Amino acid sequence: MNELILVIGMAAVTFGVRYPVIVLVNRLPLPDSVFKALRYVPPAVLAAIIAPTMLMPAGQIDGSPQNSFLVAGIIAIVVAWRTKNLLLTIVLGMAALWGWRAVLGT
Amino acid sequence: MIDSPPLSAATDAPALAPSTPRAEFIAGMKATIPLIIGAIPFGIIFGALAVAGGLPPALPLALSALVYAGAAQFIAIGLLASGASIPVIVLTTFVVNLRHALYAATLAPYMKHLPQRWLVPLGFWLTDETFVVAIQRYQDEKPSPHKHWYYFGSALSMYVNWQLCTLVGVIAGGAIPDPRSWGLDFAMSVTFIGMVVPMIKNRPALVSVVVASAAAIAFHGLPSQLGLLVAAVCGVAAGVLAERALTPKTQT
Repeated sequence: MNELILVIGMAAVTFGVRYPVIVLVNRLPLPDSVFKALRYVPPAVLAAIIAPTMLMPAGQIDGSPQNSFLVAGIIAIVVAWRTKNLLLTIVLGMAALWGWRAVLGT
Repeated sequence: MIDSPPLSAATDAPALAPSTPRAEFIAGMKATIPLIIGAIPFGIIFGALAVAGGLPPALPLALSALVYAGAAQFIAIGLLASGASIPVIVLTTFVVNLRHALYAATLAPYMKHLPQRWLVPLGFWLTDETFVVAIQRYQDEKPSPHKHWYYFGSALSMYVNWQLCTLVGVIAGGAIPDPRSWGLDFAMSVTFIGMVVPMIKNRPALVSVVVASAAAIAFHGLPSQLGLLVAAVCGVAAGVLAERALTPKTQT
């Protein structure tokens, strides 16, 4: 029963930040500057998700080579920058993670 | 509970249209394949962690089917395991998913012409991945009256994949020893890296990414991933300010 309430509650708030916003934004006359600003949403949100997973995998900043997520992340950034190929970035990024962990012996 | 968009609309396209709904749908699915690959370990780990933590198998399956928000689902099972109350978990879900409101606001102008039977399912299926795929198609110069079919193709394939991966995780459950130790959860990060780097097409975008990253690190200690939201707002503001500072004053 409690689980049912949890699922319904989570589903309601999640749907609530998706669908109603689409409808509301189209009904409210928002200035152009807002839409210009929204163009920065994709890069800003993705960067904000990625940065802590790379730089603070254990909760505090770890800039050392022992941090395999940082090393693999940098390699993935270089691959993405040079090739613009998403699949290659994923494959080489994960290969870099496991490869570097093998080098470190962890 | 979700209206599915009418498949019959596929027959309405004129023969010489630059793109048919069907072609858009398939192109949207194809563009999502790398993201699906990135999400597979994430979904399996979610299902496995949930049952390994002693939750009934129906719960992760219901969360994936009805909530459909990867990061929030992970946080919810973590909070459940730590004994958090339902209101706390629901509130946390709301905060973690607030970024979707930014996505919805960004996509909204392109979806003005769509009827409710499209807006409801497309809204429900809005995720990080499908947002990035759909917005790239919407901003693409190649015109088409059927770009929502591209969104639909991306959303549906992402959704079906998420359900299957959750199911695999739930079944595999205890058979996977400590799934996080493989670093498979990093697959989502490399996926996002592969998506964000090509978005850095000019200096304001670079400024936005750098500021958002720095702010995410600085505010990481805030509860419920509020830091993510603060960082996103900082990044957007930085992008706008950089754009103003770097472009000559031909427009205000």
